[in-house]
Amino acid sequence: MHSFGYRANALITLGVTVLALMCAMASLSDNLNSPTPSAQVQVLNVNWFQKQRNGNEEVSLTLNISADLQSMFTWNTKQVFVFLAAEYETPKNSLNQVSLWDDIIPSKERAKFLIHTTNKYRFIDQGSNLQGKEFNLTLHWHVMPKTGKMFADKIVMTGYRLPEEYR
Amino acid sequence: MDWQGQKLAEQLMQILLLAFAAVSFGTGYVLGSFQMMMLIYAGGVVLTTLVTVPNWPFFNRHPLKWLDPSEAEKHPKPQQQQAVSSKKKPAKK
Repeated sequence: MHSFGYRANALITLGVTVLALMCAMASLSDNLNSPTPSAQVQVLNVNWFQKQRNGNEEVSLTLNISADLQSMFTWNTKQVFVFLAAEYETPKNSLNQVSLWDDIIPSKERAKFLIHTTNKYRFIDQGSNLQGKEFNLTLHWHVMPKTGKMFADKIVMTGYRLPEEYR
Repeated sequence: MDWQGQKLAEQLMQILLLAFAAVSFGTGYVLGSFQMMMLIYAGGVVLTTLVTVPNWPFFNRHPLKWLDPSEAEKHPKPQQQQAVSSKKKPAKK
């Protein structure tokens, strides 16, 4: 510690190491939080259901998506990324997941919402599997921290069904 | 800085940084504000820099006693044996 540069170096090194420890502790503190989210999706209307020329089927839905994700926000949360996926089974694949809508929630105040929308991304299946199909709508979320570990979870909502015939 | 001063500077640096880390983390956690934690810690780093890095006088309270220069001249360093012995020219008077 016998020169200015020596002490400045020691201070910066110790300062950054201690900062890293504080960020690790902040991330660990997220585990103390037990979130209680809730969500509900209503399919208000099947706008159309067509078979395209290349053999794919496409559906357009109007949805009411409502959720309360406020309990997921901690002091170490930067934003929550949430998306809604339609999940169903076909003879070829045991699980198909199609993302219909997503959004970024930047703050706790915006985490309780009701969205009335058509599907943001196209609901397309390759083949003729969607007629009369029963499917689940699953709301997935990723809690993105300011520092540290990201948490991801989901709520599965069952009981949705596509029409038998094209319209 | 003398030896005692260096030890004092190092101890002060460690204690100040750890104390500010604890205070800033506690305050940030209780207030629920990550930004508050970072601001308090940054302030603490600046304060610690001002206290420990410059060569303040209170770090030099036990100065080292160097040998007095006039004393050192009386005891010259031993000459190397390979050196050619200097012939002193007889003084012409």
